[in-house]
Amino acid sequence: MNLLIKGGRVIDPANGVDGVRDLLVQDGKIAACGPALAAPEATPTIDAGGKVVCPGFIDLHTHLREPGYEYKETIATGTRAAAAGGFTAVCAMANTFPVNDNRAVTDYILAKARVEGVVRVYPVGAVTRNLKGEELAELGELAEAGCVAFSDDGKPVMNSGLLRRAMEYILPFGTPVISHAEDLNLAAGGVMHEGAVSTELGLKGMPTAAEEAMVARDIVLTELTGTPVHIAHLSTAGAVRLIRDAKARGVRVTAEVTPHHLVLTDEAVRSYDPNTKMNPPLRPKRDQEALLEALADGTIDAIATDHAPHAQAEKEGEYDHAAFGIVGLETAVSLLLDRLVRPGLLDLPSLVARLTVGPARAFGLPGGTLGLGSQADITILDLGRELTIEPARFHSKSRNTPFAGWQVTGMPWMTVGGGRVVMWERVIKGGFGA
Amino acid sequence: MGWKRKDLLTMQELDAGEIRTILDTAESMKEIATREIKKVPALRGKTIVNLFYEPSTRTRTSFEIAGKWLSADVVNFSASGSSVSKGESLLDTAKNIEAMSPDVVVVRHSSSGTPQLLAEALRCAVVNAGDGAHEHPTQALLDLLTIREKKAHLEGLHVVIIGDIAHSRVARSNIHGMRKVGMTVTVAGPPTLIPPYVQELGVKVSHRLEDVIADVDVIMMLRLQQERMTAGLIPSLREYSRLWGLTLDKLAAARPDVLIMHPGPVNRGIELAPDVADGPYSVILDQVTNGMAVRMAVLYLLTGGKAQ
Ligand SMILES: [Zn+2]
Repeated sequence: MNLLIKGGRVIDPANGVDGVRDLLVQDGKIAACGPALAAPEATPTIDAGGKVVCPGFIDLHTHLREPGYEYKETIATGTRAAAAGGFTAVCAMANTFPVNDNRAVTDYILAKARVEGVVRVYPVGAVTRNLKGEELAELGELAEAGCVAFSDDGKPVMNSGLLRRAMEYILPFGTPVISHAEDLNLAAGGVMHEGAVSTELGLKGMPTAAEEAMVARDIVLTELTGTPVHIAHLSTAGAVRLIRDAKARGVRVTAEVTPHHLVLTDEAVRSYDPNTKMNPPLRPKRDQEALLEALADGTIDAIATDHAPHAQAEKEGEYDHAAFGIVGLETAVSLLLDRLVRPGLLDLPSLVARLTVGPARAFGLPGGTLGLGSQADITILDLGRELTIEPARFHSKSRNTPFAGWQVTGMPWMTVGGGRVVMWERVIKGGFGA
Repeated sequence: MGWKRKDLLTMQELDAGEIRTILDTAESMKEIATREIKKVPALRGKTIVNLFYEPSTRTRTSFEIAGKWLSADVVNFSASGSSVSKGESLLDTAKNIEAMSPDVVVVRHSSSGTPQLLAEALRCAVVNAGDGAHEHPTQALLDLLTIREKKAHLEGLHVVIIGDIAHSRVARSNIHGMRKVGMTVTVAGPPTLIPPYVQELGVKVSHRLEDVIADVDVIMMLRLQQERMTAGLIPSLREYSRLWGLTLDKLAAARPDVLIMHPGPVNRGIELAPDVADGPYSVILDQVTNGMAVRMAVLYLLTGGKAQ
């Protein structure tokens, strides 16, 4: 768990560092960062010349599917996909079977992750029992067991009174609520964004108001209760506006955006490819531009994958019937480097901030920094590497991606967790729990 | 002009020349219906599969007769409900059908886009016989044929399509087809039945029947699905028929040579008063006859026939 990473461009937004440095890891912690560091004898050395060295990336929004849907993904395969994609930690959503609404499930996830996982797994607990939106889950026990946030993600908590009680109840635990912002009555069974394209294709649309109405409600409830709210997979210009205004008032609201909402628009649905079907849906260009702007100015704190693995049969055939969601862990960083950083839509330090310190602060997680004494979770990027996205090579069990065959430049080159090399050149070297 | 396409999926993909080719071919096919023995050998030895995931006796029968008059072997497959509920995926079905080596698959499905997915998966020609709220190209073609017959031309005509535009594949196909041949299209109905951004398809929108029927050449009424009422899109059938139903009274404002069309089956007394549906302006039965001609033309062109 000692390592010397030499000569990379170290970008550590948490500490305002951006320059060529050596990075010394001792006993799994960051021991030094500076020019021309000397290391004790027999310290393994990595030449990071020409590469970018960052704090390990944190994904606030991953569906690991275990327990219950192991045919889509498991903690073993999902964390391998995370490591391959440059992530050293993932937050695992509660919509498993059984649902993570009680301590036994949280304990199971954490135990499995310790044994079979290769990156850190932070469970997210359910807000309501069985995600039914009717009674509170055992929020206190879940928090004690290690849940870092609460969400019924996959569905909203439609009952505002119940969500208010949940937010009041968890106030002493200091954990945020994650909002899957979708008014189900307004979304009304839509399968794509409601707009010119849905009208033309004859597919049922979800209006942006379905998201915005709930973002507004959740901001109001945060102001009422004091518990911070984190808006998941933000997708509309109107929601961006609401969050920007709330932040300006000092409301404790944070937000994430997914790579697919940043690089695709609803025009992609014209293919009727079920791999363009997500919730929230792909939006038009004007929303995408607002998301990019909010990402650059810090209104959006984090980029999260919403990694949603599905088996092939659930993602082929009729668009109406296909499952929502795509895998994201292994494509996110390359897409962001190629489609955002390379054309100058977002500078590299800002991108790194949205993948490290931004998510860490939103959920109060360790990591996201290369500060002295912090855990040595590190992601190293090769910005020059050209590659083709090949689902057949994914570590994830599932292949549902609209990005198959895309040519991209830039990829996560190495993932280090707790001072151990977890992934190098897309090959998994082993976990850091073992 | 030859025919180049493998499939007929949408009106959106056709250009004016292709539309004219189909209409001209259909016109020459109409003569077959008047013969004593209604059969020509044009498609002898060809197999047409009617794959209907959604029941529609009218459209299926129309394709079936069209195929038989051209001497093709026609096989009907109806799948009740969605393929998902049957436990067999659409693409499995496609592979099974491919194994029967058909020349044309005619598909009707409640999900938009399904014909496109099948066309990508199948080597044979695929004809869209209606997919979800997306398109129904042969219906638009038979409508165009009917208008052209009655008015002798298409360019410059003004059509109003009235009713549930949001859920209508007939409306979408007609909007694309009519605009391509140079017609002006207005859509009208209560705002809950008009889809968002429909203007981007190049149509005008009206929310008052009285404003639109006076100066149009064609009034196309759409069938109102009764479930629109329970879905909360209209308050009651009574109110809908009062505001949007076409009666002789309201028609007094229309041009004397106006055509009244309806894709059928008509809810008599709701969107059309019986004396309007059966009255002198109505060309509803011509639409049915022209449906067979258009479908013969489409089957003929897709199986390699040359336009005449
Ligand atoms: Zn969600």
